[in-house]
Amino acid sequence: MPIPTPFHPRTSALCTSMLWKDWAGYHAVRSFDVAHEREYFAVRNGCGLLDVSPLFKYELRGPDAAALLSRMTVRDLSRLAQGRVTYLCWCDDDGKVLDDGTVARLGEERFRLTAAEPTLAWLHRLGRRHSLTIEDHSERTAALAVQGPTSRTVLDAASDGTLPPLRFFGIAPARIRGVQVEVSRTGYTGDLGFELWMDREHALTVWDAIVDAGRDHRLVPMGLDALDVTRIEAGFIMNGVEYHGAHHCLVESRKSTPYELGLGWTVSLDRAPFVGQAALRAELARGSAWATVGLRYVWDEYEALFARFGLPPQVPAGAWRDGVPVYEASGRQVGRATSGAWSPALKANLALASVRAPYQEPGTRLEIEVTAEHERHRVGAIVTKTPFFDPERKRAP
Amino acid sequence: MSDALISSRGKPSASRYDAIVIGGGHNGLVCAAYLAKAGRTVLVLERRHVLGGAAVSEEVFPGFTFSVCSYVVSLFRPHIIRELELVRHGFHVIPLDCSLSPLPDGRSLARWGDKARTRRELAAFSPRDAERYPEFGLAMTKLARFSKNVIDAPAPEPTSLSPRELLRVLRLGRGFQQLEPELRYLNAKLLTMSAADFLDEWFESDVLKAPMAVSGIIGTFLGVRSPGTAYVLLHHYMGEIDGAFRAWGFSKGGTGSVSNAIAAAARSYGVEIVAEAPVERVRMQGGRATGVVLEGGDELSARVVVSAVDPHRTFFGLVGEDRLDPAFVAQARRYKLRGSSGKVNLAVDRLPEFACRPGAGPHLEGDIAIAPSLEYLERAYDQAKAGEFSRRPYLNVVIPSLVDPTVAPPGKHVISCFVQYAPYQLAGGPQGWPEQREAFGDAVVDTLAEHVPGLKESILHRQVLTPWDLEQQFGLTEGNIFHGELSLEQLLFMRPVAGWADYRTPVRDLWMCASGTHPGGGIMGAPGELAAKAMLGARSV
Repeated sequence: MPIPTPFHPRTSALCTSMLWKDWAGYHAVRSFDVAHEREYFAVRNGCGLLDVSPLFKYELRGPDAAALLSRMTVRDLSRLAQGRVTYLCWCDDDGKVLDDGTVARLGEERFRLTAAEPTLAWLHRLGRRHSLTIEDHSERTAALAVQGPTSRTVLDAASDGTLPPLRFFGIAPARIRGVQVEVSRTGYTGDLGFELWMDREHALTVWDAIVDAGRDHRLVPMGLDALDVTRIEAGFIMNGVEYHGAHHCLVESRKSTPYELGLGWTVSLDRAPFVGQAALRAELARGSAWATVGLRYVWDEYEALFARFGLPPQVPAGAWRDGVPVYEASGRQVGRATSGAWSPALKANLALASVRAPYQEPGTRLEIEVTAEHERHRVGAIVTKTPFFDPERKRAP
Repeated sequence: MSDALISSRGKPSASRYDAIVIGGGHNGLVCAAYLAKAGRTVLVLERRHVLGGAAVSEEVFPGFTFSVCSYVVSLFRPHIIRELELVRHGFHVIPLDCSLSPLPDGRSLARWGDKARTRRELAAFSPRDAERYPEFGLAMTKLARFSKNVIDAPAPEPTSLSPRELLRVLRLGRGFQQLEPELRYLNAKLLTMSAADFLDEWFESDVLKAPMAVSGIIGTFLGVRSPGTAYVLLHHYMGEIDGAFRAWGFSKGGTGSVSNAIAAAARSYGVEIVAEAPVERVRMQGGRATGVVLEGGDELSARVVVSAVDPHRTFFGLVGEDRLDPAFVAQARRYKLRGSSGKVNLAVDRLPEFACRPGAGPHLEGDIAIAPSLEYLERAYDQAKAGEFSRRPYLNVVIPSLVDPTVAPPGKHVISCFVQYAPYQLAGGPQGWPEQREAFGDAVVDTLAEHVPGLKESILHRQVLTPWDLEQQFGLTEGNIFHGELSLEQLLFMRPVAGWADYRTPVRDLWMCASGTHPGGGIMGAPGELAAKAMLGARSV
């Protein structure tokens, strides 16, 4: 049975819809209201406040911390400057992805790894000969995401100006109502946004301070349903949806490599050995079999399909994540859409998909299965570069 | 924002274009964008210093951006958003989720996107209405879907025997036949009944009927008990955002952002937009339009001239009565404008607190109707009939700064009040308006303050727009927000003049593309698009 997060006293009081889900063993709000639309528009116009405590968090300290993380993940962390965060993934020996997450360098010899799945054993297994301590902070560290165009203003107000200017993917300490927090300019919405990391016993103080500061800046507590739409707009893949951690796969075909997931840019190959290096090098030389792409439904065809049944085009109310076949023009299946959503901001029906490599060029016309009135049909879908939604404010100084 | 979209002020770069559009309102810009997208050289001439016409955002008071006139978006055609790539150019609409109706006795009704919640709220007034409400919604949606075909195509001309027109009428007839029989009767009722009578057949509680009935009278000089007003109820069910019917929304940054997005699209296709360039008249030669003459005397030539101003200004201002056939003039004179509404925009230093539901919350994030009963609305109309503004008017209030923080400083808000009735024709004539402007503003603030006790103390700035001001500042003849009443006899193939509903005018090469043409007013874009497609289809340009 899931357990409450440190913010549960606040989120449960607000979650009048009773819409919850299990996120890594914690109660997580799907949507505070019966529909997530209000929360979605708050993220794009004001800001959303999301409890992300269920993330797995590990703190690594010691002279070999950078070396261990570099050995485990696809990145060379010795090059990560203090006060910076990086996004990455890690693989098994065959170069198949186990999980993705972020690494923050909090001090010269101090790092925080976030992950979607428990990773402590994996860290220990690889870190046996390294000189460092590895602590599981998943329970003790509470985390909040503040995401949206007014998020910086809210945090400035909540921290009484102690928040230093943060570049995209920067991290720095600040004080919020006397509580020491770490603030990183990171998130899962593809917007201007921050994540706050704090000791769990001060979680409610920080929540209250942010809610107070956000009162005049359209801050709205948000749940995972709104988050899911924003992350698809941002083109972010998700463990368990776009791919499955190799440790969970019964069959080889379910596994994915960083290149196949569009994470090739995170891989730094030419350096000291790391897990999966040889396999990834071979894949790079050979070429990948699959690619992860964005798809944009051809709206006129979508509308015409529903019109055949006398219906207006019916867009899904929220993001979906049950795989849908993707075809080439001849009708041969060439992949699967793994998740998708109607984007209210872009006025477009979007999906993320895994397709065979020859079909990954932006502009390629594929077809995707659409069920209308319980009948299966196909409409056009155009391969599109992600992020679909990429506002300037996300990276702006 | 708007500045970057304006090519120049006062002076166009060339003297000859394929098309010159008079008026940089949203329809003029849509029309220009479509023409330019089809490869034509297009010039848009805007009289004011800002674009958008009545869909305009202006920082009237430092830090506060008002959707000065038109304040919500609903009927904007989704295919225009796609065809002109408006999202890329900044189009962003935030939906309204709630309709709040406060009552003088301290009770209130809120209607939500959440159907169960709406049902419970309604049941407190009438359990019967609570169940009838979704039935009504379904019936209206079915009818609106039929009517939607009507607004997405040029109006069919039933008196014409040309195959094209016959086909259009036939297609429409087939759509009508596909409706269930009782809906066909319902449609006939909608076309003939008053909004109040029609709603009386469905519902018993005033708190529900009054705010619904209002949609039948907005922009007309009619009352909720005037026959024919039921039809416009449908318009409310035609609103669509993202394919979902009956959704209204705020344009981020005010409704001017819609115009700006269209202008940006138009510019990307090569349209030249010149502000502060008032047109004095349409230049004519041998009965055809050959260009325009700007105030100041500069002449510009064009293969077609497109008027995006209202029919009255087009024919009696830009063309001139003496250059038109008297029979046509007689008809055009009958076109009713009769502005009946005003607008009061407030900048306030705190969130307005409604006595019926104190505190902040989602109930303030939609529209708020001050329309406690049908009786109240009819009384408001009675005063208008006598040439006075309503002392207790109908108000449609929105607070866009709640969901769009860009339009007001933190903690402060903009309140937009649409007000009806404010008859253009005051008993002493419309020129009496400037003298009555502040009294009108006071009546509005007093009316709202009955529901928002702290309102008066919170007001930092007040902008009052009477129909006279709408005419003088925005060029809306008689202050009519729809370029002419949306009453049955002025819709479809009779808008603006029977026989001239196809965007043409009796002056060859002079076209119309704005709200005075089919399918009418509101931030819809349809007239602009349909006019451009008609011109291109006729190879006139």
